Amino acid sequence: MRVATIAVHTFKESVRQKVLYNLVAFALLLIGAAILFGSISVGVERIILITLGLTSISVFGLLIAIFIGIDLVSKEIERRTIYNILSKPVSRPEFILGKYLGLLLTLLVNTAVMTAGFYGALFYQKHALGLGDLVFLGAAYFILLQLAIVVGIALVFSCISTPVLSAVYTFCLYVIGNFTPDLRAFGQEAHNALLGTVSDILYYLLPNFGNFNVINQVAHAQKIPGYLWLGNSLYALLYIAILLGIAVLVFEEREFR
Amino acid sequence: MIMLALETIDLTKEYRLGFWRNRVKRALDRLNLRVEAGEVFGLLGPNGAGKTSTLKLLFRLIFPTSGSARILGKQLDDISVRCRVAYLPENPSFYEHLSAQEFLNYVASLFGLSVAERRRLGELLDQLGLFASRNVPLRRFSKGMIQRLGIAQALINDPDVLFLDEPMSGLDPLGRREVREVILRLKERQKTVFFSTHILADAETLCDRVAVLHHGRLQGCGELNTILCLGVSTTEFLLERPSAEVITELATYASSVIRTGERVRLEIPEESNIQGALEIILRRRTKLISVNPVKRSLEDYFLQKVGASDASQETASAYDWS
Repeated sequence: MRVATIAVHTFKESVRQKVLYNLVAFALLLIGAAILFGSISVGVERIILITLGLTSISVFGLLIAIFIGIDLVSKEIERRTIYNILSKPVSRPEFILGKYLGLLLTLLVNTAVMTAGFYGALFYQKHALGLGDLVFLGAAYFILLQLAIVVGIALVFSCISTPVLSAVYTFCLYVIGNFTPDLRAFGQEAHNALLGTVSDILYYLLPNFGNFNVINQVAHAQKIPGYLWLGNSLYALLYIAILLGIAVLVFEEREFR
Repeated sequence: MIMLALETIDLTKEYRLGFWRNRVKRALDRLNLRVEAGEVFGLLGPNGAGKTSTLKLLFRLIFPTSGSARILGKQLDDISVRCRVAYLPENPSFYEHLSAQEFLNYVASLFGLSVAERRRLGELLDQLGLFASRNVPLRRFSKGMIQRLGIAQALINDPDVLFLDEPMSGLDPLGRREVREVILRLKERQKTVFFSTHILADAETLCDRVAVLHHGRLQGCGELNTILCLGVSTTEFLLERPSAEVITELATYASSVIRTGERVRLEIPEESNIQGALEIILRRRTKLISVNPVKRSLEDYFLQKVGASDASQETASAYDWS
């Protein structure tokens, strides 16, 4: 109950931030612009619109996740509002979980709004929407899972570092997370046992966003394989649980002087 | 058996400072306090004495280096006790985008208060003079209004024990009187109020007992009545146009003689012959304006304790240096 109270409060606080509306507006603008780019690309209008539209959702979702995620805990500490919350019958894990879920709700709403904008653009181009277009919801779902992991990373950093450094670290991990399979491949090709082991450890330790990007597949009308739905969902769930566990451990030891 | 609202046992807090965290500053040094239920207890001390650290330790915002504490008989990590206590931090800060009503509703939700129990919110806002501003965003609140809202949020769960860190800070005289009245009303209802302050007049008006903290150490603790009564050490005589002979005669009894215009103020120590001094005044037909027993004030007590602590610190540091 207290977790839900904190989550709803966090959501309400997040949706009052102007930066959120600016980013969503930019995303919608870019999706709108995708129609224009599509119209000047003969024969591949639809592919351009889908690729650009879904990439916009992903990029602006990432910016929203980082901008709001890094403030999640640090702002409460900086403004000393945390004193009032932690002096109530609220445990620190409840606070962290509430904050996380609140932000997840914000991301869900934002992704839904941007996805609706994307479908609007599709409808404008084709003047119709079919059952086959539901596949894009899958791509949006994977983007949301990715953002949920990014917010978890931002939350961990926000418990231990300043907002600026948290943003830098989170962004770096996101970028690395998109190249994790390459990192492993590099280690294996190096023909060095130590390097191979290190790259293996990093591969399992760092987030792996490779499987979450299905934009190209759906743009070329390919279906998302069933194992990917289950695998990505379980991976995100496990990774988020670990991140929340780390955040709670760090936060439990934190002093507010 | 006396019910204790708060008990601290050798509560100690050290901060590690510097880049390598190798410098140690002891903010609180083996604090032993026992606060009984229903008391209004004042924790006095100058800035940096360790008052805020004590309160933060009690709410686990910081953790003790050693020692322990219990609130209403429960260990501090037992979160259930928070339903029966309240905390007002020093210079409180709240969510600026919320209104007072929204904020209190949020706090009420954290306590899991029912809709019926939330009817008190309006009363609380009214009691603290915030009802008219209940829908104004908190970013437009003055410091005094924020402080009053802080007290309102502390009262929301009708707590048995209230911990207030400098509750009068930032308030104008009217606001201070309102807070004093709130504390007195709580005392009437047998609630325990533990508050830190460096404004001694507030402590003198409100407290049953006080403790003086300086450099993180407890310098003294006792009932206010005892502290103040123990200090009745002189009687003040105020005379109008006394003759030089009267003054000379009385000077043998007085510890000080101060002339202000036509009036003369004499301070006669308790152990001196007050009866004899009075007889001289009456015999010489000198006009006596007033006779007042001079009580030691809390300020005197505070300065004595803090001064003694400073002196011992200086001695200690002198030994260290040599």
